[in-house]
Amino acid sequence: MNHQFELPGSYKKWTYGLIVAGVVALLYGFIAFHPFASPGHEVSSTRFWAVLLQNSVYWLLVVNASMFFICVTTMAMGGWQVALRRVPEAISSVVPILGVITFVVLMAIVWGGRTDIYPWLDKAAVANDHILFGKRKFLSPEFFTIWSGITIFLWWLLGKKMRSLSLKTDEQGTMDYETGKKWVWNNTVFASLFAVVFTLTVASTIPWIWLMSLDPHWYSTMYSWYTFASTFVAGVSLIALFIIYLKNKGQLEYVTDEHLHDIGKFMFAFSVFWTYLWFSQYMLIWYSNQPEETKYFIQRIGTATKAGPFSTIFFVNLIINFLCPLLILMKRGAKRNWTLMTVMAGLIIFGHWLDFYQMVMPGTMHDKAELGLFEFGVPCLFIGLIMWGAGRYISGHSLLAKNHPFLKESMIHHT
Amino acid sequence: MAGGIKKFVVGCFDDEKVLFPAVKNVRKAGYKIHDVYTPFPVHGLDHAIGMRETSIHTAGFIYAITGTTTALTSISWIFTKDWPLNIGGKPHFALPAWIPITFELTVLFSAIGMVLTFCYLCQMAPFVKKHHFHPRATDDLFVMAIECTDKTNDAEVQAFLTQAGASEVNVQHAETGWWIGRYDREQKLYKEPKAIN
Repeated sequence: MNHQFELPGSYKKWTYGLIVAGVVALLYGFIAFHPFASPGHEVSSTRFWAVLLQNSVYWLLVVNASMFFICVTTMAMGGWQVALRRVPEAISSVVPILGVITFVVLMAIVWGGRTDIYPWLDKAAVANDHILFGKRKFLSPEFFTIWSGITIFLWWLLGKKMRSLSLKTDEQGTMDYETGKKWVWNNTVFASLFAVVFTLTVASTIPWIWLMSLDPHWYSTMYSWYTFASTFVAGVSLIALFIIYLKNKGQLEYVTDEHLHDIGKFMFAFSVFWTYLWFSQYMLIWYSNQPEETKYFIQRIGTATKAGPFSTIFFVNLIINFLCPLLILMKRGAKRNWTLMTVMAGLIIFGHWLDFYQMVMPGTMHDKAELGLFEFGVPCLFIGLIMWGAGRYISGHSLLAKNHPFLKESMIHHT
Repeated sequence: MAGGIKKFVVGCFDDEKVLFPAVKNVRKAGYKIHDVYTPFPVHGLDHAIGMRETSIHTAGFIYAITGTTTALTSISWIFTKDWPLNIGGKPHFALPAWIPITFELTVLFSAIGMVLTFCYLCQMAPFVKKHHFHPRATDDLFVMAIECTDKTNDAEVQAFLTQAGASEVNVQHAETGWWIGRYDREQKLYKEPKAIN
């Protein structure tokens, strides 16, 4: 069987359609929302940057989660994922594209002095605020720029190394025992390096400076793990969607119900893990009842007497991201049902997008946040770009890592 | 909980590799496999002998929601009706604070419920006995027991099993269920002498 995949016309039509829709939304934002008006004057300019921040960070972390998926399964000496490994590789090849976009957006916010997005950019306010004054070295444009730059660069560099290690095997031919052992070791070393970088960025500092600093007085030790769990479960769902699509097109010969079942287990388990972190963050703050901590939740759900502007989204978020995956994906049959898995993967990706919405908007838009055409138009651009980048990788390389030493293990995988 | 005494043809196999085709052939020939006893869990054997998918996870789910309901109803009754306490000015109906206990009871109910159900289905309990078709089934032999009806010609079944690769074949009358008591007392139940080496 030929493992080379030609992208069908409908795929390209959707890709360009989504990109065009996204660009139209963006242009509309540029014209109608006055993005370069000075902060505080017009709410719509805040809306423009908040929506861009939410989407660029979310989709970047989601595609980057694919590389994390490859690296953890590699480090665990996993064999089952080899038959589908090219799919997360393809998705992770979008990291440089979205990385550059995110970097540009962040730089425009930080160096454009958007104090409505990041209040710590206001030098005068920081000097009079002893909490922010204590954080001034960490929450400074210089540190922000350097660390964001290094982070995105390292994700790209190590991701590229992992992909090229995998692609090189296509030309080498079947490996003998010694070569295979060396190759696996090499792969493990770079996977571990990526995991270390990932821990220092996604699992700690990056969510602090990119998202948590929207409310600079507030802090939570759960926040980065929460962000990680959110994007990882959405990332695995994205992998599932691509696998189902390619399988429907008659590709991925060796991917069976068993592999989808394991992907489904990841979706189920990390949905529960996300909830665990969500609840741990919520309950500790609710229980200890410190004013500087509860502020974060009062902004969202309000108080006992007055509901906050985000209370609906706050609970819908829990239903979509916890109750639905828990109850629907629990059964073995559900994880082997390709239609149901498609629906659930789409729902989870949307649910965590909504989660990011309620992470970004209350701190920036306060009670004036909207969920209109602009909010739904901008993600079209990002989805289109992901489809474009992943599609380029999928059609450019063999969909089967046919010389991977663990391929046999994946072919006979049985859950 | 005795299930009554039945007649079985028992075939012992030395090797997994011989066992699988034998299971297949026995089923194809139309004999009813009572059970296959193996020294270790054999992957895929449950499918080969045609056992249905277990329902223990469904039972587990039911136990779990029982646990959830128990926790939520009892805590809410205690803290709002029976003995309301002011704890740090929190509302009496303090749902977030109850979630950890609810979670623990959910896990506890499902875990204990599933273990007990599993033991019941496998007919295992303290002081309870079950017939052993061959003592080496817990050591190194794969033991297949074929249930006989009135019409079964046991000589024919024995010949069939020998031909399928069984290293040892015999006929046993055995209690199918479990009972409380001692093995030796049970021996007297058999009409024919029982083959235990």
